[in-house]
Amino acid sequence: MSARASFASAAALLMARDLRLALRRAGDSLLPLGFFLVITTLFPLALDPELSQLRDIAPAALWVGALLSSLLALDLLFRDDGQDGALEQLALCGQPFAGLLLAKTVVHWLLTGLPLVLVAPLAAIALGAPYGAMPGILAAVLLGTVCLSLIGAVGAGLTLSLRRNGSLLALLVLPLAVPVLIFGARATALAIAGESLAAPLYLLAATAVLAATLAPWALAAAVRIGLE
Amino acid sequence: MAWVWFHKFGSPPHFYRLATRLTPWAAWPALLLGLAGLIGGLVLAPADYQQGDGFRIIYVHAPAAWLSLMVYVVMACTAAVGLIWRMAVAHAVAASCAPIGASFTALALATGMLWGRPMWGTYWEWDPRLTSELLLLFLYLGYMGLRNAIDDVPRADRASAVLAIVGVVNVPIIHYSVIWWNSLHQAPSVMKFGQPTMPASMLIPLLLMLAAFTLLFAALLLIRARGEVLQRERNARWMLEALERLSTHDGPPTRDGPSAKGVLVGR
Repeated sequence: MSARASFASAAALLMARDLRLALRRAGDSLLPLGFFLVITTLFPLALDPELSQLRDIAPAALWVGALLSSLLALDLLFRDDGQDGALEQLALCGQPFAGLLLAKTVVHWLLTGLPLVLVAPLAAIALGAPYGAMPGILAAVLLGTVCLSLIGAVGAGLTLSLRRNGSLLALLVLPLAVPVLIFGARATALAIAGESLAAPLYLLAATAVLAATLAPWALAAAVRIGLE
Repeated sequence: MAWVWFHKFGSPPHFYRLATRLTPWAAWPALLLGLAGLIGGLVLAPADYQQGDGFRIIYVHAPAAWLSLMVYVVMACTAAVGLIWRMAVAHAVAASCAPIGASFTALALATGMLWGRPMWGTYWEWDPRLTSELLLLFLYLGYMGLRNAIDDVPRADRASAVLAIVGVVNVPIIHYSVIWWNSLHQAPSVMKFGQPTMPASMLIPLLLMLAAFTLLFAALLLIRARGEVLQRERNARWMLEALERLSTHDGPPTRDGPSAKGVLVGR
């Protein structure tokens, strides 16, 4: 019997594995990003292409797009590992399950949240936001996507055992994501207006910390139930 | 053995008998207090100097809104008990809470909209409390949708329990984020109730209605939970034996145990 690996090395191995698997099929991870770009393109098409008007709806377009594309991305989180038994192995391997699932969620955020963080400011500028708003929007989307990945992961865990779970997942996750939408859209609006966006950013950061603290436990419980 | 009373709740026949016995103790006071509150609120209380008789809908709206939140907390607590002590009866109670809570939430929304028509001039105003009631309704629907989607009852119990606990952590965050959102977008709404400045002739009926609605919830919950236990225990021995004895004879309690009627009706 070899000595049991420390949690840090186990989590690092898991993250490296997940990253490698995802990069082999990079197209899958980029689909939600394409979805986000399409949605933010639809808003100007549905309205007048006048920049002053677009600027008013830019926060709404960005955050509704981010919410929906993060929902779409949740399908990637546990689907393959749930089907091929990898999740069961993780649950049985003796490492803290909540920690391992948190590591998986971090990788999921790196693959689907981080591209959104990089692209969202550009989409905002296309919608008429000034260049000065970019850092603020970047910070808000960074914190917001962290929250969305964590909240969404719990929903994905709860619906793990269901075959067709798309609309149910939306009904479970979107009401819980409302605070993120409110804080994020407010921060974006303040950034576009050139005002201080400290207050909504603090609230977003607090939500992210709370989600990172509590979500892994709920996630572990949910996935364990789904695996039974 | 101070915890025996607690673990006895976990026994379906015990819970069923207890629920049957307690139901009238909740239902009758609910009816009486409700009648008193309605008479006090709709007849005896003076009309509001600003809103006229329109304010009287508060006697339904406020208790429904209060219960919509309380039922969610009760649901989350019983679900947590079921999850922690693996108590199927607690899960049955939590499952029974959801439709009742969703109904109270829908009632609070409907009465809030009816109240909004004369006060705001529109049925729907993005008022923070109405908006968070709507989100609460979505949370209830999600809970019921999840239960509905999972066929295996124990698994549905445990998955929905996790969701209820996640939801109860989120309800205050959602509520205050909506208030925060609203305070930035529009002036505070004209309605500020609940302050102790309300005269006693208006306040006492409201308190009576609050008590009546709470007891009504207790009665409905007991009835629904009994139905849920009956459905889940339909193949259990105590149920089959009681039904068998009910079909042959219904004598006084025998050596084998209480009479069939005693099991099912609770005497």
